[in-house]
Amino acid sequence: MTPRGTAMVGEEREVASLATHRLFAAGPNADLASHALAFGPVPLDRVDYSFISVVEASGLTGRGGAAFSSWRKMAATGQARGGRAAGPAVVANGAEGEPLSFKDKALLAHSPHLVIDGLLVAGRALQAPLMYIYATPAVLPVVGAAVAARGDARRIKVVPAPETFIAGQASAVVNSISTGIALPTDRRLRLGESGVKGRPTLVFNVETLAHIALIARHGAARFRSVGSDRDPGTRLVSLSGSCADQVLEVEGDASLARILSTAGVDLAEVQAVLVGGYHGRWVRPLDYRLSPAGPESHVVRPGAGVIHVLPATGCGLEATARIVRYLAAQSARQCGPCMFGLPAMSRVLDAIACGEQDPGLPGELARLGHLVGGRGACHHPDGTARLVGSALETFSDDVAAHLTGRCTRSAGGHHG
Amino acid sequence: MGDTLHIDWTSCDGRGLCTELLPQLLARDDWGYPLARHGDRTNVGIGAGDSQAARDAVALCPRLALSLKTAP
Repeated sequence: MTPRGTAMVGEEREVASLATHRLFAAGPNADLASHALAFGPVPLDRVDYSFISVVEASGLTGRGGAAFSSWRKMAATGQARGGRAAGPAVVANGAEGEPLSFKDKALLAHSPHLVIDGLLVAGRALQAPLMYIYATPAVLPVVGAAVAARGDARRIKVVPAPETFIAGQASAVVNSISTGIALPTDRRLRLGESGVKGRPTLVFNVETLAHIALIARHGAARFRSVGSDRDPGTRLVSLSGSCADQVLEVEGDASLARILSTAGVDLAEVQAVLVGGYHGRWVRPLDYRLSPAGPESHVVRPGAGVIHVLPATGCGLEATARIVRYLAAQSARQCGPCMFGLPAMSRVLDAIACGEQDPGLPGELARLGHLVGGRGACHHPDGTARLVGSALETFSDDVAAHLTGRCTRSAGGHHG
Repeated sequence: MGDTLHIDWTSCDGRGLCTELLPQLLARDDWGYPLARHGDRTNVGIGAGDSQAARDAVALCPRLALSLKTAP
């Protein structure tokens, strides 16, 4: 699927109830003038190390997938700096290798100056001499032009990111900037201790930085004025599947059903929803909330904000088998358990999806999923195992049907 | 956290020497790669009794994929 860099925040019609317009307040394709008009100046001269406590008060978490506490990441990088001559590096990560994610491209295309503001703020708070924006080819010209248009962004270097699935993984980002090779590396030390050119390195998703730009302007309380205590603020989501591809900005802890309704999805025609992307989780029915924290029975983690709708007529096992085939092919083939384990998982899932009648298949798939966990330079195997585990659970009826040679979903029997 | 044996998965080739030196800590998976029997599978916890064998494993790994991290 071609990510739609031009996908715009929800249509004007039904967004009022749920969606907000914080990050895209300057409108589509905002240049520096419309950006300044909508947001006003960024108070860079007021930003110092103590800004980290403002981020702490905001409760902001990373919007790239892991939802790690943003202030902790900043503080860890700041502390690693202590006593060293070389200041840290800050990277705005715009590589969304996830094929179903296009919110970061939309953000960089329409609101590049907000990301630049956030990068300058984070760089200032940490007194970082090195700042980078890592962006995919589709938005590279826009980002380059935005950086060039500003006098305060001369120290920001724009670095191209390849469109591979793992290129956005933090150690791959640092490797790409340092050596031009966008593959994850073994991490004996955390990036916060040693990353780009051996410096303490902070890698933030571009949306995280856009929120930081607004927190620097308006404070923590304003950020928290929407969302919930466990998930304050807003987040961007990329919607796809049985609806038009679109990017929405939604409040934290939003109801999945309300997000889908806002996007124009007929809930009666939804079989299941993949949340979080190819490393995410299938859920149904739809009475879940989207939040990085909370009980799994009621909450689904947004990851990088991917929401993919499987129509009532689709087969979840077949859909997952296709995704796992892709994920296995996207292995960097650096780490053995991933290089061998993912294709093995893919073969077993293919067999289930095709209706092979071997009752041992689901158990073998679960065993392989457990085997690859925690055994790689990045989380690609863990994420793949998580997706497969959720498919076995959510589509357990379908698994049982497939093992007896039937598929409950497709009229025409098997999908070979 | 005590001392750990760090496995660099990007270097490991599954030769299996470490699993012979530290059978109480490491099994082999379907493809021959080391599989920690308990706990963290990349930074494998080692007890005092394992430290000599762990040092041997680090020194002898043909792929230089192992290193020791000592507890601070």
